[in-house]
Amino acid sequence: MSLDTADVRPRSQANTGTSRPPSQRRRTRQRRNQPYPGWFYAPAATIYGILFVVPTFASFYFAFTRWSFVETEFIGFDNFITFFSEPRLSRGFVNTFIYAVVTSGAKVAIGLALAILLTSGIFARGYLRAVVFFPVLVSTIGVGITFKILMDPFDGLINKALAVVGIQGPGWLTDPSLALLSVAAVDVWKGVGLATLIYIAGIVAIPSEYYEAARVDGASAWSTFRNITLPLVRPATVTVVILSLIGGLRTFDLIWAMTGGGPGFASDVIASTIYKQYAAGFYGLSTAGNVVLFLVVTAVVLPLYIFMNRKSKEL
Amino acid sequence: MKAARTRNLIGGIIAIAVSVVVFLIPFAFIVLTAFKTQQESALLEFSWPTEFAFFDNLVTVLQTRDYTVVRAFINSAIVTVASVGIMVVLAAMVGWVLQRRQSRWNGFINFLVLAGLIVPPAVVPTIFVMQQLGIFRSIPGLILIEVAFGMSFCILLFRAFAASIPRELDEAALIDGAGPLRLFFQVAFPLLRSVIVTVIVVQSVTVFNDFANPLYFAPGAENVTVQLTLYNFQSQFYTSWNLLFTDILLITIPPLIMYIFFNRQIVAGMTSGAIKG
Repeated sequence: MSLDTADVRPRSQANTGTSRPPSQRRRTRQRRNQPYPGWFYAPAATIYGILFVVPTFASFYFAFTRWSFVETEFIGFDNFITFFSEPRLSRGFVNTFIYAVVTSGAKVAIGLALAILLTSGIFARGYLRAVVFFPVLVSTIGVGITFKILMDPFDGLINKALAVVGIQGPGWLTDPSLALLSVAAVDVWKGVGLATLIYIAGIVAIPSEYYEAARVDGASAWSTFRNITLPLVRPATVTVVILSLIGGLRTFDLIWAMTGGGPGFASDVIASTIYKQYAAGFYGLSTAGNVVLFLVVTAVVLPLYIFMNRKSKEL
Repeated sequence: MKAARTRNLIGGIIAIAVSVVVFLIPFAFIVLTAFKTQQESALLEFSWPTEFAFFDNLVTVLQTRDYTVVRAFINSAIVTVASVGIMVVLAAMVGWVLQRRQSRWNGFINFLVLAGLIVPPAVVPTIFVMQQLGIFRSIPGLILIEVAFGMSFCILLFRAFAASIPRELDEAALIDGAGPLRLFFQVAFPLLRSVIVTVIVVQSVTVFNDFANPLYFAPGAENVTVQLTLYNFQSQFYTSWNLLFTDILLITIPPLIMYIFFNRQIVAGMTSGAIKG
């Protein structure tokens, strides 16, 4: 964050010696904070605390219970054992990782490629940017239903188009080994516009002197990309990876609209099993799923956040 | 130079062709199907409608299940306006004080804000808490949920923007005798205008498009929101694709209008907010 004067002042005071006793220092800080009262936090903190923080902490208790809202029975790790031993639940655990890795990898690769294309002198840039970005704003459910119909194995537009060129298209959403990846592809279609925009912002921020120097040195397009663009868009890559991992690990809407976790439970993810268990009345099990999702997201995103931020500072 | 221009032109034309196939055809498919009669839409073909039935489709969709789509649009409008309004004021207050005030709590508060972006909400315990408060299955409850879950993103934007407002302005206002409330609402708030517009636009689209929260926290026919009608119609209009796609088209229009008018703010909000996050 910003290092404005007032942020620096107390530190320099502390360095110059002990001329002021701590009580007095506290008083100056109080005076300086007076126009920015702490109660400004209160309304936001009340809503956030009651509807987000309390339930999050409560989930760590209820995950260990058999729970019907009326009564709770402590059953230890049973819910977690069920979660990982029943294939219809543990499949969702594995799928969540596959989905998150595939979508964020594709968003990084395609987003970067599109951003390079759209920052070059290409014709009709404005139109292309608008078209690539628009799906980001469209309802996920609407996109899901549309693609569900486009991906229909017999009547769908995609397979009809493939049939014209003589390819028999697969059952995108009906083939158990393909359903999850088809949904992931639609996720990329919908979300790549945001990744592209973030990359465009990153590329535009690279000083053009670097490219001029590279041209003077006679660098090829590939080595310019490899040695200038790629390292210098690192902050954008960090953002894209973290955002799409958070989104991918928590994904629910698109899966629910397109396959409902099916066929069978081939495309279930943790978020959709949470909903299914909740709808079936297994509140404790559903909450255990939530705790698992919490742990997965934190375990993946937090180290990445720290690691990638440290790396970008070294540059 | 001339070669480069030709290359850009050819590349542009290829890119346009690809973008039409990949991005425009799905949208064109929605529009064309929404314009067709039921028999024609059942073929699921990408073709020009032989008979335009959009108006009939629209009336049918609106009347279905006792005007549920109309009710859904009203509910969605209420939820979007109310939650974004509350979110903007409360998040601006937090972002402002968080940037200005020095306190040992700042680290902890920043951590909570970041947690709100990353941690998935605990569904069933939230429902339990809402039941205890008597706001489960209600529009006010849904509004508060949207506020709670959307606040972190807004706070980050406001905090970053508050840093760009010079402190001298605060001091001038304080010397003129302004209290904290006056300082915030009459000096800071107007200066935050550009970021307020960004937050309003981005969060409106997010709340309007939200599906999971209404599904979980506001079930019931009287609380229906637009995304839920779409989901419910999927089974009801199983054989009437024209009606299903008319509904999709209706629900795509509000974000499209937002995009046309606030293109710049949306792009700024989504990219800068993302990078700060």
